[in-house]
Amino acid sequence: MSLRPERQAPPEFFYNETEARKYTTSSRIIDIQAKLTERALELLALPDDGVPRLLLDIGCGSGLSGETLSEHGHQWIGLDISQSMLDIALERETEGDLLLSDIGQGLGLRPGTMDGAISISAVQWLCNADKSCNHPRTRLKQFFGSLYKCLARGARAVLQIYPENAPQLEMISAAALRCGFSGGLVVDYPHSTRAKKYFLCLMCGPPSTSTSLPKAKGLDRGSESEGSSDADEEAGTVDILERKRPSKKQKDKKGKGRSWVLKKKEQRRHRGYTNVPQDTKYTGRKRKSQF
Amino acid sequence: MRLITHNMLSCNIKGVTNGYPLGIEASRLETKESELNPEFLRKIFPKLEWKALRDAAHSLGLNDLPEHVEPSMLEDADFLKNFHHALLEVHLEEGALICPETGRRFPVTKGVPNMLLNEDEV
Repeated sequence: MSLRPERQAPPEFFYNETEARKYTTSSRIIDIQAKLTERALELLALPDDGVPRLLLDIGCGSGLSGETLSEHGHQWIGLDISQSMLDIALERETEGDLLLSDIGQGLGLRPGTMDGAISISAVQWLCNADKSCNHPRTRLKQFFGSLYKCLARGARAVLQIYPENAPQLEMISAAALRCGFSGGLVVDYPHSTRAKKYFLCLMCGPPSTSTSLPKAKGLDRGSESEGSSDADEEAGTVDILERKRPSKKQKDKKGKGRSWVLKKKEQRRHRGYTNVPQDTKYTGRKRKSQF
Repeated sequence: MRLITHNMLSCNIKGVTNGYPLGIEASRLETKESELNPEFLRKIFPKLEWKALRDAAHSLGLNDLPEHVEPSMLEDADFLKNFHHALLEVHLEEGALICPETGRRFPVTKGVPNMLLNEDEV
């Protein structure tokens, strides 16, 4: 099995001239891209009134997906990080406008302007930390935050992704939901390894009854149920403190305390870290002086 | 890049609060004809910042857009023609976009603005 492109080089270098050239010569790639875009448009569920919309094509590359959008009569703006791919798009004389930009730095579009957004096989690149200044979590947050802002109310975004593994998929969808999107994952052909395609369908604004997508679960539930037992524990410690009546100096030495630890852990969970240890009765307890 | 895209773009540098509209420095323009679609123009009209569009058109040497607009003008064929021409037919091929707050230049080459930010601007 060949190595994933994401593992080989950052996108702006991976999609060099030779790689970009494939997107005009390989009929297989062209065919797949067109099919994915068709499906994404279908999931985008634009109102069927024949009026062209202004759409966003995130990671437009050589403009193959954009061509399908143009065929449906829509105006579009494409973003990509690879100059070589955009050069190919210019060669193909695509109809949409192209921007050379890094979606991990935020989109830089005016709020509420876009009628929808599609992305074909691009967003998983955000999970790479190619440079020391790149933090996947921050980049995902920047991207989804700015995407949410620029979409009109009630608009949808359909992002087709190739996640490397389950945690990566979870990281991407959790980042989207944290930015205010509702919606979830649609998996086409889940039983086939090759034809399996993940579409992240995101909706702006409050979830309506017309949306029949599965919602991601287990975002906050764990911490809620443990909240009550924490309060009891804390009450216990307060009693002990009262009895001892520590001097001010001793109080300072005690450290940050259980509530502080719990607060910090909650913050980290909220930021999307999955490696935060569970809250138990041992959390924040002082270790014995000897084992 | 057409003016419709310019109308949607704002400066994305960290800390910039008023990065809209971007100034235009044009050294080469191109006009590509496209089909006029009144439906689309009516749909996109409420989303545009008219002043920004008019100023941008001005800086590209298009003086046909009126200063004040009302939705009723969208029925007028002449207005629609000018509107369509400025919004969708004139392409900025070479030049630069300039952030109004910091003065940062985003060069435009072959019609593609380079909006990549440096590490310290993110």
